[in-house]
Formats: sequence, C-alpha cells, structure tokens
Amino acid sequence: MATTTVNTPVKSPPRRRHGSAGVLFIAPFMVLFLLLFLAPLGYAAYLSLFQERLIGGSTFVGLDNYVTALKDPELLKGIGRVALFFVIQVPVMLLLALCFALALDSGLLRLARVIRLGIFVPYAVPSVIATLMWGYLYGPDFGPFAQISHDLQLPAPHFLSDSWMLGSLANIVTWEFVGYNMIILYAALRTVPGELYEAAAMDGAGAWRIAWSIKLPALRPALTLTLLFSVIGSFQLFNEPKLLMKVAPAVIDSSYTANLYAYSVAFISQQTNYAATVSFILGLVIVIVSYAFLLTANRRRTA
Amino acid sequence: MTTATSTTATTVKAKRVPAEAGRSRRSPTRRRSTPLTIAMLAVLAYFLLPLFWLLVASTKSTQDLFNTFGLWFSHAPQLLSNIKATFTQDDGVFGRWLLNTVLYAGASALGAALLAAAAGYGFAKYRFRGHGAAFNLVLGAIMIPTTALAIPTYLLFAKAGLVNTPWAVILPSLISPFGLYLMRIYAEDAVPDSLVEAARMDGAGELRIFCTIALRLLAPGLVTVILFTLVATWNNYFLPLIMLNDPNLYPITVGLSSWADQAQNGGAGASSDMFALVVTGSLISIIPLVLAFLLLQRYWQSGLATGGVKQ
Repeated sequence: MATTTVNTPVKSPPRRRHGSAGVLFIAPFMVLFLLLFLAPLGYAAYLSLFQERLIGGSTFVGLDNYVTALKDPELLKGIGRVALFFVIQVPVMLLLALCFALALDSGLLRLARVIRLGIFVPYAVPSVIATLMWGYLYGPDFGPFAQISHDLQLPAPHFLSDSWMLGSLANIVTWEFVGYNMIILYAALRTVPGELYEAAAMDGAGAWRIAWSIKLPALRPALTLTLLFSVIGSFQLFNEPKLLMKVAPAVIDSSYTANLYAYSVAFISQQTNYAATVSFILGLVIVIVSYAFLLTANRRRTA
Repeated sequence: MTTATSTTATTVKAKRVPAEAGRSRRSPTRRRSTPLTIAMLAVLAYFLLPLFWLLVASTKSTQDLFNTFGLWFSHAPQLLSNIKATFTQDDGVFGRWLLNTVLYAGASALGAALLAAAAGYGFAKYRFRGHGAAFNLVLGAIMIPTTALAIPTYLLFAKAGLVNTPWAVILPSLISPFGLYLMRIYAEDAVPDSLVEAARMDGAGELRIFCTIALRLLAPGLVTVILFTLVATWNNYFLPLIMLNDPNLYPITVGLSSWADQAQNGGAGASSDMFALVVTGSLISIIPLVLAFLLLQRYWQSGLATGGVKQ
C-alpha cells in the first residue's frame, strides 16, 4: 500500500484521484459566476427578443430590436465616438507607459522610486474624483489654465468646447491609467534575465538595440494584456463623460458614448428591452474587438 | 548610488551591472542621466498637478476657490473648517458614505479574493472532468465589460428585490475572472505539489490542507487580488449609481457626484458653498487608497508581474 501512494505523485493520477475536492474548491466561484455573469447575459439576450407593447404587453419580436439598434443613429454615433477615442487615446497612453517603463528600467534615473510611485498614484484616485478635479482645472472662468492665460493676455484654452472635449476626456483617462500600464510593463521588464543583456552587450549591442531587440519582444505578453484592458475600458467609457456632462451640457448629450446611451435608454426613457439590446450589442462589440486583438497578437507570436 | 533607489531595484539590478559597466567604459559605478531625470520629473509634475490642486483647493472657501489663483494657497487657509463642514453637511451624510464605501469595498474585496483563491487553487492543483472547459469559460469572461453586464444585472436584481440594498453593490463585485486567473497562476508556483502530497500522507483532509497550508502560501497573491478588487469597488460609480437611490446607501463616488450636481445647479445661491465641500470630500476620500497603495507596494507590484508576464 505504502509503495503505491509514494509512487503515484510521479505519474500524475493523484490529482485525478482527489479531483472531487477540486470541484468543491471551484464550486462557490462557479455558482456565483453563473448567477452574476451568465444569468444577466442570458437575461439580456432573452429580453432583447421582446418588445413592450400597449396592447398585448410583452411580445416576441425576434431580432427586431437588433435591426432597430443597428440603424439607430444615436447608438452608432456613440460607438463611433468611443472607437475614435480608442484609436487615439490608447496608443498615446500605451506609448507613454512604455517610454516611462523603459526609462525606469534603464537604471539611468535618479529618484526612480519616487517617480514610479508618483506616476502610479492617479490609479488609486476614483475616476469620479479625477473627473471632478480635471473639470475644475479645465474651467474657463476659474480654472488655473484660464487664469494663467488671462494673466498673460492670451485667449483661454477651451477645454470644454465641442472640438476639444474628446481630447480633454482622453487626457483624464490617460492621467488615470498611464501609471497602471507602466507598472505592468515595468514589472515584465524586470523579469528579463540579466544574462540576456550581458550576452547582447558582449555582441556589441547598444542601449537602443537592446531595448528594441530584447526588451520589446519580452514585453509582448504584457503589452497584449494592457491593450486588452484598454479595449474594454475605452469602449465602456461612462464615468468621465457622465460627470463632465454637468459642466458642459451643451457638448455632451445623453448619447455621447455608447454606454451613456445604454444608461439613458434604461433609466431615463425606461425602455427595458431596448436597453438590454444595446447592452448586449455593446458587450458583443467589445468581445469581438478584444478577440481580434488577441488573434493578431497570437498570430504574430507564432509567425 | 542615490539613496532614493529602492532596495529591490538595486538587488535585482545588481546582476545587470557588469553588462552595462562593460558597455560603458568599465566604470564601476552606475551612470545616471540628468536630462532623463529632468524629463521624468516634468512628467511627474503633470501627474501630481491635479492632486496638488486638490490639496490647495481644499484649504479654500468657495469664494477663494473662484477668486484666487488655483495653484497656490489663499491668505485665509481653512482646511479644518472645510473638513468639519464636509462631515456635518446634510446631517453627516458624508461619514455614512465613507462607511458605506469601506463596507462595500471591504466585503467585496475579501469575498472576491477568497473565492478567487479557492477556485484558483482548485484549478491549479486538481484535474477533474470539465476542468479545461470551466476555466476557459471564466477566462473568456475577462473580456465581458462589467458595465454591459450592469444593466441586465439591475433588471434581474429588481425582480429579486435586491435593488437599493448593499447586496446590489457587493454581489456583482464578488466575481473577478482576472483575479481567478492571477490566483491560478500564482498557486501553480507558490504551492508545491510535494507539500500537498506530504500533507495528504499525514492524513490531512483537502480542505484542511487548503486552509492551513495553501492559503498561507497564497497570501501575497491574495493581497494583490484584495487590493485590486478594493480599488475597483472603491472607485465604482456605474453600478451603485444604477442600483441605489437612497442617499444613505450611497458610496462616496455617487455621493460626491450628487453634491457636485448640487454645486453646479446652485449657481451663486446658498448651495454654492457646496463647491468647497465637494473638493474637501474628494481629498478625504482618496487618502485611504493612496496610503494603502504606498504601504502595500511590493504586493501589487509582484501581482502585476505575475499577470503581465505569463500568458
């Protein structure tokens, strides 16, 4: 008997033998996951197939809501705007995060620890508070930028005007998340074994060459991760425009972003079924874009 | 060597020194770049600017907020009376919001971390039928945006009578697919199979092994997941905004934004004093999280490394 128990670890069946315990460990998570992730998704899918009618109450309408949504200019405008936001803001943010991470990792900085923590600190600030702060800073009357340009007799920058708004939002989001992405990239850089740099230096590679040929490839998984989180973050942009709406009501309307639109359909015009449809479509767009990125990242890695 | 360089940085970097020294005229000490340092300090200034503004602004009366230069203190600093006013406005509702936030964020973070740790350990150390499928299902859910889930969750919770209760905010925050992913990777390395096997031979049950041995080894990963769920719940706005309509249940984010609305709508009337309260309330509410991050640095940094490196 004793010999069999001693031998088993080598061969691998022990795990299977205790497999039922494994199920118990994952059960609490999986049950809540089903209830809080899959059930709402399923419920949204179900609701999206019905319409509330004055006569007959809830009626099955098939994909009618989706047809309406895909032709809904407000929704399309919202999705288009967050897509534009994503295309502009995310590359800027990730590029900055990458530069900062490389600078920190280069070992050339004084006060590296202070700089690293200082750039990261905004991540701990709730986006609501970040937006309130920047909202005041942007203010055309009493914001410090307006005050300074007034003293210098220059025209005040119109941060909250229609043409600047997306950039102003991008600035807030960038301020919040550059540090977070920087830390992910920096942590990945730190795991590159020192021997690799030694070998490269022996072969005569300079600092830029090392950064390009060793550090960037080593960063690929971390970059994929940050990109993935950024896709999810930008497409569900809500808090920042929702709060700036109060400061600039003429610029940000209730369909400024796709998520704001979903919110206003659900809670202001109270069209439950259509809100479920919009949520479902928005979720689908995000999943599709995320998978597209993952697939291209993986293909590049194997190619 | 500047003293500001972190000890971890120097120990890890020590290995690389020979390589870079060999590259740079074999100098025994590390080179520091002043231009790069200055550039990064300018970057740092940008990131600290709004926080500095907040600190300055919370010492001002509403009047001074509008009439004095935003980035410097006024002649009559009144931080303490601002703090007092913040806590006494509307029968001390701000204190309630803080407590609510601590309750929601604390319960969610602890619960989410424990659930993720147990499940991560289960996926890392056991093989059972449906193992791969179940894990992939959860992994796929990392991409499902929480806000797209929030409205359907609200509709479901409304049916279940959970809307406008603390559960409405806590329950959806308990499930963290990314936390599970982190914990599984962490458990694979941190809990050696041989140790689990040895404990089994000593007759310990699976649950006992988890509670007495594995959980302790998983502690650093656990702290990482706790911290990140804590931030996510502490900063959450969308979910409590749609789930709660009783101001006494608001967390700090929804509460402050409701004050900001009042300040904005009040114009020059009595409620324009609200500006100073919003600003001071903002300062008070970011202090705990900033402190938590500064004090628990090594945990979240190692946690992020785990998540970013392995895929």
